[in-house]
Amino acid sequence: MGKTLFDKVWDAHVVETIDGGPHVLYIDKHLIHEVTSPVAFLGLDNRGIKVFRPQHTVATPDHNVPTINQDLPIKDQLSKMQVDKLTENTTNHGITLYGLNHPYQGVVHVIGPELGITQPGMTIVCGDSHTATHGAFGSVAFGIGTSEVEMVLATQCIMQPKPKKMRITVTGKLGKGVTAKDLILYIISKISASGGTGYFIEYAGEAFTSLSMEGRMTVCNMSIECGARGGLIAPDETTFEYLKGREFSPKGAAWDKKLAYWKTLYSDKDAVFDKEIMFDAANIEPQITYGTNPGMGMGITQTVPVQTDVTYKKALEYMKVEAGKPIINTPVDYVFVGSCTNGRIEDLRQFANAVKGKKKAGHVTVWIVPGSKQVEKQAIEEGLDKILAEAGIALRQPGCSACLAMNDDKVPEGKLAVATSNRNFEGRQGPGSRTMLASPLTAAAVAIAGKIVDPR
Amino acid sequence: MSIDKFTTIKTPCVPIAIENVDTDQIIPARFLKATERKGFGDNLFRDWRYDKNNQPIALFPLNNPKYSGKILVGGKNFGSGSSREHAAWAIYDYGFKVVVSSFFADIFKGNALNNGLLPVQVSESFLQELFAEIEKNPDTEVEVNLEKQLVQIASTGRKETFEINSYKKECLLKGYDDIDYLLSIKNKIENYEKTRL
Repeated sequence: MGKTLFDKVWDAHVVETIDGGPHVLYIDKHLIHEVTSPVAFLGLDNRGIKVFRPQHTVATPDHNVPTINQDLPIKDQLSKMQVDKLTENTTNHGITLYGLNHPYQGVVHVIGPELGITQPGMTIVCGDSHTATHGAFGSVAFGIGTSEVEMVLATQCIMQPKPKKMRITVTGKLGKGVTAKDLILYIISKISASGGTGYFIEYAGEAFTSLSMEGRMTVCNMSIECGARGGLIAPDETTFEYLKGREFSPKGAAWDKKLAYWKTLYSDKDAVFDKEIMFDAANIEPQITYGTNPGMGMGITQTVPVQTDVTYKKALEYMKVEAGKPIINTPVDYVFVGSCTNGRIEDLRQFANAVKGKKKAGHVTVWIVPGSKQVEKQAIEEGLDKILAEAGIALRQPGCSACLAMNDDKVPEGKLAVATSNRNFEGRQGPGSRTMLASPLTAAAVAIAGKIVDPR
Repeated sequence: MSIDKFTTIKTPCVPIAIENVDTDQIIPARFLKATERKGFGDNLFRDWRYDKNNQPIALFPLNNPKYSGKILVGGKNFGSGSSREHAAWAIYDYGFKVVVSSFFADIFKGNALNNGLLPVQVSESFLQELFAEIEKNPDTEVEVNLEKQLVQIASTGRKETFEINSYKKECLLKGYDDIDYLLSIKNKIENYEKTRL
């Protein structure tokens, strides 16, 4: 029997299988940030041990950092302490750090791929559930807890039961105004916020293979929002083209050797999945969420579904939306474009092109937050900052920002935000804030109109 | 370092009869700024537990004096969303030893087990019966026996077995953690590295 792409990568990293228990899985690349690593380093210190393979871990501060005046000291003392702790820990243990103001700093899942750290066939972990992003390159990438961060620091391994395998095939190409974000929001709305729990998902079909790497990252990024530990896409020419010449991509003979291996990374024709789901891209329109988990989404022209259970009613009440009614034309207070889901250059380009020559609605606050220093630099080189400025919108500095509102970028209580990030949980963007998830294109149309509109 | 040993427990429960309780609700992001593992229980379910003036919301089960005990009972898909282990720390730090639900998110389940917090997955009908019993009598006790992998509602006698892989079960019974094990096989890991490309 053939092997799935996931099996090929996973099985090649199993150091040991424990009877009735998990696999000891070797980790090729470990990404760390300031929020989920300090207690892990403390654990190492308590055990009196050093990091086992410091060259396989890369660090950057992202969750907690301000997105303006990054050259000044961080005002929030607790945030500053966490960021300083990351510097201290990485220095003590000889780990590469792309600190604040370093040209490579950024959201951890944006910088891994853009630096060529992320490569096909790797196992990649990070103390962050959106680590699934890196699956876009055909790697097995998933989020871990802090105890597991400590395991990787101590031994370059973690202990994991092998997940089941699901394949989601979407045939056909996406229509005009329909993006990778709409594709993944559609999938999650169909299979629910827990439909992927226990599985690793392989995304297959023309809807995915026709996407850029940025689009594929957006898709894989949100695998966790349907409960799946991760999602991956088989590497192809688009992947290889993206990786060629990047800072840490292999060069010369090493490239040829790696490339030959990468080309073996696909699911064999006779490979068997535990579950298979099919969709048709023709049925997908721009999506928007109306509830308090990413599975509560729908086509932007549709009406909010009617359900009677307590949890559902609580969600609609929180969001101040009504079952059976459309949400189009709902006034919006904030627009946030950024995050590991949609903070890459392609997202900023899409947004800028859509607002070009127009003005943002007067009552809407718009935050455009590049995913990394490199994205910021490129956006400026392409003149996107000027296009935004003419629309009355400022380009901020890189970080996770309003996706989880750990820094000062908080949506005030009761206010409604349209966000290109990944979670619409209660209070996710600030206590009492309300979030509707959408694509950068929809976000652009909303920023101009000041209300929910169809971007097409 | 090790985790606290777990064998059996029999206590009343605190019910949170909501589905898809995500880790942002269990501990909001703004409380993740600590660099040590201390005091997270104070902010467990912060925004459901306190209003914007930091006054306790009387209706929320953690604030309701009729509920007590070391078992938290949550609706389906408990612990979804962010991988923050702080969620497991907050629940444990508050004083819970077990979380009962009909379905757990993967990362939360792993984090809980790594901290000596036992996730007990039961059938939806068991869960609903338990919620109903607690509503009738808040002192309803539940017994969890890890050795036998058995969970039982004392008042009705309804019992179910729950799953846990034998390795993790052993860790909890003996108070071992994964890092101790991984450190013990370092030679094997080094040998594996030599076989890599």
